[in-house]
Order: sequence, then structure tokens, then C-alpha cells
Amino acid sequence: MIPLDHFLILGAILFSIGIFGVLTRRSAIGILMSIELILNTANINFIAFNKFLGAGDGLGQIFALLVITIAAASAVIGLVLIIAVYRNTKNIFAENINLMKW
Amino acid sequence: MVKYAHLIPIFPFLAFTVNILFGRRIKKASALVSIAASFVALLFSIITLFGLLNGNGSYSLGKWLAFGSLTLNFGVMVDPLSCIMLLVVTTVGTLIQIYSIGYMHDDPRFSRFFAYMSLFTASMLGLVLADNLLALFIFWEGVGLCSYLLISFWFERPSAAKAGMKAFITTRIGDVGLLIGILILFSSTGTFSFSGLEHAGGNYALFTVAAFLIFSGAVGKSAQFPLHVWLPDAMEGPTPVSALIHAATMVAAGVYLVGRTFWLFSSHPLSLIWVAYIGAITAFFAASIATVNNDIKRILAYSTISQLGLMMMGLGVGGYSAGIFHLVTHAFFKALLFLCAGSVIHAIGTQDIQKMGGLLPKLKVTGVTFIIASLAISGLPPFSGFWSKDEILSEALNTGHPVLFIIGALTSVLTAFYIFRLIFLVLFGKMRSELHPHESPKVMIIPLSILALFSIFMGFIGSPFTGYAFQGFLRFGTASMPAAPRPDHFMMAVSTLIAVSGIGLAYSVYILNNKILPDSFRAKFALLYRVVYNKYYIDEIYEFIFIRPCILLSNLAFRFDSSVVDGAVNKSAGITVMISELKSWFDMYIVDGIVNLTAKIINAFSRLLQLIQTGLIQFYLLVAILGLVAIILFKFMGGV
Repeated sequence: MIPLDHFLILGAILFSIGIFGVLTRRSAIGILMSIELILNTANINFIAFNKFLGAGDGLGQIFALLVITIAAASAVIGLVLIIAVYRNTKNIFAENINLMKW
Repeated sequence: MVKYAHLIPIFPFLAFTVNILFGRRIKKASALVSIAASFVALLFSIITLFGLLNGNGSYSLGKWLAFGSLTLNFGVMVDPLSCIMLLVVTTVGTLIQIYSIGYMHDDPRFSRFFAYMSLFTASMLGLVLADNLLALFIFWEGVGLCSYLLISFWFERPSAAKAGMKAFITTRIGDVGLLIGILILFSSTGTFSFSGLEHAGGNYALFTVAAFLIFSGAVGKSAQFPLHVWLPDAMEGPTPVSALIHAATMVAAGVYLVGRTFWLFSSHPLSLIWVAYIGAITAFFAASIATVNNDIKRILAYSTISQLGLMMMGLGVGGYSAGIFHLVTHAFFKALLFLCAGSVIHAIGTQDIQKMGGLLPKLKVTGVTFIIASLAISGLPPFSGFWSKDEILSEALNTGHPVLFIIGALTSVLTAFYIFRLIFLVLFGKMRSELHPHESPKVMIIPLSILALFSIFMGFIGSPFTGYAFQGFLRFGTASMPAAPRPDHFMMAVSTLIAVSGIGLAYSVYILNNKILPDSFRAKFALLYRVVYNKYYIDEIYEFIFIRPCILLSNLAFRFDSSVVDGAVNKSAGITVMISELKSWFDMYIVDGIVNLTAKIINAFSRLLQLIQTGLIQFYLLVAILGLVAIILFKFMGGV
């Protein structure tokens, strides 16, 4: 059986990749995708902890489902915003979204 | 019995209020308002008279003013003298206001005229009813104001505006004396009321001075020498005004004042004799001017001055009832004379008697009433003027003043002469200009006729035929007044002779020999004629002595004002501007500077903080994550 540590290491690696993606992607879509990745590492941790530490009541799984739902909703809002930005500026680079800068 | 007398002045005052506020709205009806008010006042005056005869005298209306320990009561004087004045004012006032409907018919300020007339009537009635000197003085100034307003009624004419000012200022000179006199009496007795003053003693010399000063007020108001100059000029006002104010009532207020304070004069003989001589001088002097003047209204104005002088003389020789009696008869026949003159002016549109003549056939009623009034003023029996004038002359002789008697007699000759000169030049002979006279409307003629009846029969109330009822009435309720006169047949004959000689003289000069005599007189006494024709140059003398220096002084004052006072003001303004510039600099650079410095410091700091606000969300995120990492490292490594 695969021990808990492996899951946590996988989650940490994916989380780091997600953070890296968020910080380095120029495209807003890329940032959005990286955020989804970060959320998914959280899901992996929830599931793993549920399996190894929980009393088998499935609370971690329910929480993972909640995170997936919220991730879907936030992805929708994020895409809507990106489309709106695209219509105004004809690109989706994050550094160009500076309309409200001083 | 209920006390009604204080209501009498209220009616005309209400009429004034209505006319001045709603005159534009009610237009011609304002005449009715004023006349109705005067008529009601007349009825109440009659009620008051009967009340007096039934023993209802003066009464108090209650406290008026209270300052310190002193309280002034407002009361109503109901005694024979005030009753007589009430009746004269209301009767003559009502008739003249009826006449005014016709005379002022086309005037654009018709209702204002009646408003002023009502205000005048109210003030005059208030003056008569005042039971203390202070209230009397207030109403005294009230009638003066109305006089001013009505003389200057046609203020578009500069001469009328000027005449109003002249009247106001000249009478004011006398009024200053009157006020000082009142205050002297008050300060030494502590009361203003007539009844209180009469029984209060005081310093003899001081009271004599007070009497002189009070008489100076009467001199101004009754146009006595030397303050007579305003009355002839006052003829610039409408003729009904001249009749009511400057012949019958207001100018008689001076005589009334002397009569009202007669106890003061009679107990200080020096002031009394002063009154007599001023009156006599005025009477003669004004009559002489009237003989050469050519303006119909000015002749009557000088005649009024002269007759008022005669009243003063009558009072001055101690003939209280004689003076007051002449006041009453004069009020009627002089009002009539003025209204007749007004009717003539209305008919032909000029005041110059040299352009008139032969008007009797065309103006029958006016002419006949004019002659009646002239006979009355000349003193021909049985007309009213005879009885009163005769009494003044006989009083002068009986009290041992032959000089005054001679002046009075000469004045009477002159009076008869000038008034018939007027009659002969206006009504008889040939028309001397191309004018087309027409008789006045009925509304003017009826008052003339009523006044003519008064002029004929008024004298009988003070004649032997009624047992000197008038003089008896004046003594009603008082024991201190002189006894009624005895009939003096010698004096009556002399008076008649005087009147006839004056009329005869006028007849011979202006009818029999009108081609030669007037001109030859003029040539013979050229110097005298010129002096008299120019009114003894009194106006010119005043101009030279008072008015010129006054104007000079005011010019000087003006220059002083414009250079020194204005200069100082301008200098201080300049200094103020300088100081405020300094302040503005301080405000701009110091106060504003501090504020701006604060703002600038904040701005500089915010520029520093701006540097990290890059607008790159990934930079923010990086910082957040680095912060998180730092916290975690601190927690798990530094914290252990």
C-alpha cells in the first residue's frame, strides 16, 4: 500500500508547479489553469487525509467535491472576466490589465 | 354722560388712513370719506358743546407716559374756548372740503389731497382738544406738517416746493422758542397740563421769559411780524388749502395758543403788551402791503396776516373775548374770501387782478358772496366783522392804549380800502384781458352761500342784540375771565365811519378816477410805493442777513466736509487697504504655505509608496507567497 507521505509529496510538487505557473504565466488563461492545479493539490490532500487519518466517514471526500464545485464556479467567473478583458484590450496578458493603476 | 370729545379727531384721522391707503382704489369717493368724517366730527362737536353746557368739562383719558417719578396724563380739554374752536374747525372744514370737490376736480392727486385735508383736520382738532402743552405741541407740529404737505401739493412747480420749505422752516424758528418756553414752564412747575400750570406759581422773571417764548411760537404759526414771510408764499398751495389752513384755522392756532395760555400773559403784563404791539405792528404793516399787491391770493394772505395781528392786539390789550371773537368771525369771512378768490381763479385761470375786471355779471353768486365777505372784513354793520373788530378797538381805547387804538383804526381804514380795491378791480369796471369766465359748479357755490350766511349773521352772537352771548359763553365755568363788555355806541359810530371811509376811498380811487388817481399816486409817492410794493424788502433783508450767510456757511461746511472729513475717511481707507494687503500676503505665504507644505509632505510619502504598487498582479501574488513562505519558515525553524 502506498503510504501517506507519497500523496503529500505529490500534492506538494503539484502545488509548487501551480504556484510557479501562477507567477510566471503571462496569459491569464494560464494563470487560471495554474490556480485550478493548486485547488486540485488541495483535493489530493483532502482525499489522502480522509483515507489515512479519518474514521471512514467520507468528510474529506465531501470537502473535495465542494472544492471541485467552487473551482468550476470560479473558473466560469474567471473566464467571463477574461473574455471581457479580451473584448476591451484585444489580448489577455495579465500585465496589461492595469486600468485601475494610479 | 358718556365722554365723546376724544372721538372727534379720530374720525378725520380714520378718513386720512382710508384715503392714503386706498385712495387709488376709491378715487373720487375719497372726497366723500373725508367730508363724512368732518361732518361726523361736527356733529360730535355739537354734542360736546351741549355736554359742556350741561356741566361736562374736561376729562382725562388715562396715563400716557410714565418716566421716573413723572407721569403724563392724556386728557381732553373741554371748555368754552376749545368748544368754539371745534365748531369753527369742523364747520369751515366741512364746507371747504365740499368746495374742494369742485375745485380739485381734475387733479391727478385728488384723493391724496383729501387725505391731507383729513390729516390736517385731525391734527387741528387734536391741538384744540389737547389738555397739556406737550400734546398741544405734538399736534402743533402735526398741523405744521400738513401745512407743508399742502402748500407743496403741486410740487412739480419749483415755486410751490420752495414755498412749502419756507413755510416749514420759518414756523420752525418760532416753534423752537415755543418748545423752550414749554420746557421752562415744565421745569419750574413739573407739569404740562393747563389746569396744573394755571395754579402753579413760579419765578416771575422766568415766567415772563416763558411767555415771550410761547408767544414766539404763536408768531411763527400766526405769521406775525417778523416771521410773517412764509404766509404770502404759502398761497402757492391750492386755494381750498389757503382757505382752510392759511386763513381760517391753522394760522389762528397761534391766537388760540395765546388765548389758551392767557392766564400766563395776563399775569405778566410785559409779555402781554409785547403781544399787543407785535400784533398792532403786524396788522398795520401787512395791511399796507395788501394795498399795492396785484395777486388776488397774496392780497388775501396779507389781509390774513393783518387780521391775525388785530386779534393779537385784541388779546394783548386784555380783550380776551374780543380777540377770540374776531378769530371766529374772521375764520368764516376769510375762508369765504379765499373760496371766492378760488372761484374767480377757477373761472378765468389767472391770479393777477390787473387782468380781471367786470366779472360781477358773469359770476353772480361768487361776486355777491365776495362782496358780502368784503363788507364783513371791512367792518360795516351789521356784518360779522363789524362786531368783533369794533370790540377790539374799543378794548384798546378802554384799557388805555390810545396808540394801539390809532394803529388799529388806521389798519381798519386800510383794510376796507384794499379789500374794496380788490372788489372794484375784480368785479367792476371793464374786463382787462381776453378771458372767458364761467360760473363755478354748484358744489362750489353752495359752500360759498352757506359761508356768506355765516359772514352776515355770525356777528350777532357777540352783539348787544343777543346780550353778548358769545362773550358770556367764553366766561362759562370760569370766574377769572374779564366781564362782558358794555355796548359802546360812540365806538360803533367810529368803526362804521372807518369802514365807510375806507370803502369810499377805494371807490373814489378805483371807480370814479380810475384813469388818473392810481397812477398819479404811484408817481407822487414813488419811493414809498416801491418800498411797500416790495413788501418793505423784508424777504430781501432776510435773504441778505440769514439765507446768504447760511448758504455761505453750508458751502464752507461742504468744502470742509469734502476736503478734511472725506480726506480723513479716504486716508483711513488707504491705510486699511495697505494693512489688508499685508494680511493677504501673510495669508497667502504663511498660512497657505503651512497647509501646502503638509500636503506636499504627504504627497512625497505617497510617491514612495507608489513604487510598490506596480499593477502587476503576479508581482503582488509573489510578494504574498514570499510572505507566506517567510511566516512558515519563521514558525517552523525560528520559532523552535
